[in-house]
Amino acid sequence: MTTAAIIGSVSGLVMTVGGVWGGQRLVEQRGGGALWKGLAVLLIVGATVAGFLAPVPALPIVNESIRNLFFHVPMWFAMMMVLLVSVWYSIRYLREPSARLDVLAHESAKTGIVLGLLGLATGSLWARFTWGAWWTPDPRLNGAAVAMLIYGAYLVLRGSFQDEQQRARVSAIYNIFAFAAVIPLLFVLPRLSGPSLHPGQTGNPGFNQYDLDNTMRKVFYPAVIGWILFAFWVAQVSSRYVFLKLKHNEQ
Amino acid sequence: MQPETEPLPVLLREISTLLAKDFRLEWRQRAALGGLLLYVGSTVFVCFLSFSLRGGTPPPPAWNALLWVILLFAALNAVAKGFMQESPGQRLYYYTLVRPQAVILAKMLYNTLLLTAVALLGLFLYTVFLGNPIQDAPLFVANLLLGAVGFATTLTLVSGIAAKAGGNGATLMAILGFPLMVPMLLLLIKVSKNALDGLDRGLSHQSLLTLLALNMIVGATSYLLFPFLWRG
Repeated sequence: MTTAAIIGSVSGLVMTVGGVWGGQRLVEQRGGGALWKGLAVLLIVGATVAGFLAPVPALPIVNESIRNLFFHVPMWFAMMMVLLVSVWYSIRYLREPSARLDVLAHESAKTGIVLGLLGLATGSLWARFTWGAWWTPDPRLNGAAVAMLIYGAYLVLRGSFQDEQQRARVSAIYNIFAFAAVIPLLFVLPRLSGPSLHPGQTGNPGFNQYDLDNTMRKVFYPAVIGWILFAFWVAQVSSRYVFLKLKHNEQ
Repeated sequence: MQPETEPLPVLLREISTLLAKDFRLEWRQRAALGGLLLYVGSTVFVCFLSFSLRGGTPPPPAWNALLWVILLFAALNAVAKGFMQESPGQRLYYYTLVRPQAVILAKMLYNTLLLTAVALLGLFLYTVFLGNPIQDAPLFVANLLLGAVGFATTLTLVSGIAAKAGGNGATLMAILGFPLMVPMLLLLIKVSKNALDGLDRGLSHQSLLTLLALNMIVGATSYLLFPFLWRG
């Protein structure tokens, strides 16, 4: 392993942990938050406009479709972050059960599912115009499909309980178990399976492999941050809606 | 919370008691075991009949894929009855006697033994009926055993979860279990393809190590999570 790879892995870990910690603070926030929500809007709108207009390197085959990088990849990043937050809520639920933590875990997971479907749709579109097919048997694509199946199963599991506490506890257990058993492999398997069309395949998936030039970085990083903040925002709003519904039902 | 200071032998004794209980139960309800063996046998026979239409054995990739599909479904059926057979009253009774860690470890161990036996028997029947294109037999069998352990560890907790939901336990188990097993299956099928083709063993090392690590992760998370599942 080179020094760059080690630095990359460590900083990735630090950013992930920091993101989860910050993310759960943001999702649980009771009021305010105009600052980061404004930032999210600004970053996404800015990255979308710049994503369509900024100059990009004319690479063979990819051509202008490389602009999808500003949408497709941030969506997956945001999905991973919000799913990690969901797992974190599930762990907290098992330590001290409360209806609140269950709602937060459930809504975060649902937000992750929506982002995952968006990521699949944008990726599929991209694949159609660069690889010639909507879906290819690539380990990364299969991994994405498996992740969606797992969270589909999570929703089915939740639906099959009548008792609320039982549902909360068992689905928290499945959430943690599925995440621990499968999600790490989604990062390991593509690296074991040799060459592939999908970028970031061998070795450390550093950004340099996306052939990012400096203009693209200036759009890509804000897009990632914007989408992640947006994901936390969606999770927050949908959790608040469920809290209100619960409160209304009590009265 | 007070850390558990009980000596390890207590846990081991509980596990061995539970394991003996499981074996005795299995022996007394031989219909379930017989059903499982018949399931494997008849599936293999159906495969044999369908391929004999084309005269002889399937090509190696199809041979490989079919074997794993048969084993996957056999594993699902074998593990499904573990927790679902037990009534809530029975569970409550165990709860007063032993620790949950002992229950999950004993169940995983039992399922591992059961699935190992089923996998070996399945492979034997399969090679008898559909021919034996394996070129690296030791690697193939080692991979098969690793697969049996992996199926058992993954599905044990899943069956516990499905049993909690009640009602359509078997369907729920397939829905919950399959996505979890896909990564494992991909690795297993890859290694067994290497063994079928007699490729250099160095090519399979990484996958085997990943499988081993995966089994440990799954076992450890099951061990940690089961007490929470059991409490309700």
